[in-house]
Amino acid sequence: MSHDQAAILEVRGLHKSFGSLEVLKGVDLVVRPRELVFVIGPSGSGKSTLLRCCNRLEEPNAGSIRIEGVDILAPRVDINAVRQRIGMVFQSFNLYPHLNALGNVTLALRKVAGKPREQAEAAAMQALARVGLAEKAKSYPNELSGGQQQRVAIARAIALEPVVMLFDEPTSALDPELVGSVLAVMRELRESGMTMVVVSHEMRFARSAADRVIFMDHGRILEEGPPAQLFNAPDHPRIREFIASIEH
Amino acid sequence: MFERLADTFFNWQIMGQYFPKIVEGFFLTIELALAVVVAGIATGLLLAIVRAFRIGVVNFLIVAAVDVLRALPPLVIIIMFYFALPTVGVRMSAFVATWLALALVLAAFAEEIFWAGILAVPRGQWEAARSTGLSFLQTLRFVVLPQAVRITIPPLTNRTIAITKGTALGAVVAVGEILYQAQSAYSFSYNPSPLTLGAIAYLVLFLPVVYLGRWVETRFAWKR
Repeated sequence: MSHDQAAILEVRGLHKSFGSLEVLKGVDLVVRPRELVFVIGPSGSGKSTLLRCCNRLEEPNAGSIRIEGVDILAPRVDINAVRQRIGMVFQSFNLYPHLNALGNVTLALRKVAGKPREQAEAAAMQALARVGLAEKAKSYPNELSGGQQQRVAIARAIALEPVVMLFDEPTSALDPELVGSVLAVMRELRESGMTMVVVSHEMRFARSAADRVIFMDHGRILEEGPPAQLFNAPDHPRIREFIASIEH
Repeated sequence: MFERLADTFFNWQIMGQYFPKIVEGFFLTIELALAVVVAGIATGLLLAIVRAFRIGVVNFLIVAAVDVLRALPPLVIIIMFYFALPTVGVRMSAFVATWLALALVLAAFAEEIFWAGILAVPRGQWEAARSTGLSFLQTLRFVVLPQAVRITIPPLTNRTIAITKGTALGAVVAVGEILYQAQSAYSFSYNPSPLTLGAIAYLVLFLPVVYLGRWVETRFAWKR
């Protein structure tokens, strides 16, 4: 099968069912270098599942997923090596509560990337500085605000120098006043050229930062296009309704 | 009245006479208890880790064995090991029979406690760790177990103390631990003072363990 050589992430014909419930019904998605792709849609539309299939936190039932041209669903693939190159940020941060911020970031650098302690800590400090939290390196997750925890989680992912970052509703669990700090970090990442796929309801951020917006409904991509087109003049009335309901 | 009480339970002469025996039993009890704790907790942890792999048949066997060991009174197991097993050619000393029985019982309870601890670690912790490329075992070792063990410490400490006190059951098969020494001193002297001494020896041994348990609980408690 031919595939897009330039793509960082290429998803073809992705199907995923949980028992008898078909959550993804054939999804195609191509993300090119330095692109920020925004995925929106009503809850239960399959957006999170799509994202979670991309690093095989969920195993798809059919279809193919390529990262930089390499089929990550192939039987012999070293999934741990692949995951190192796909950063993931979760709605609920999922920081390790028994490790401080620095420990959270260094763990995979040491155990997966195999860096010696000093090198790992230097790389971790760099990542923490990038999210504006160098001075919180010794703080434990419970001593950090939600926004700070999410930024540490971003640092944990970017420290591994992934080729693509997946954000699964990164601001949904945050108090409104803390959302801005996380979005600012994501904007900085985008400006530095990181390829990103973001599942989120932050429409204003999507309008200003996304290259492309994808609207998912019932396990399919209903429409995709630049934010201006999808938000202002979507083909489907379903999308207009959804956007109106989100933006009040 | 008071004098009779003192003479019955605190007869200094008899206490002095049997003091060395009680001390002997004291150290044997420590030896037995340590061996039970080390073997029991290590085995329990190992079984919980094996169970985390969720291999159907293996887990069924673990759960079955654990349930049996938790249901049987430890004394029954000791007596079976010491008196019943020799009839099929398996012989062990009274010390080993007691150690093995108590270690197995502790292992069973510890496995259940560690397993509950592993299950109590949120799924998001597994997913976050795996998403950074950590393997299943690395995730277990560096992310899940450190958290599980902390949750585990209060119930595990209590259970360990309870089972370790079961070393006194060794008296039934003549392991020379504290109770056995105190009891035989009592039957030689017809005076319960050695039993008082034995009780004191247990307090000297286990009160610090109780305090240690409490300290460990606060030391390992952390806010989430």
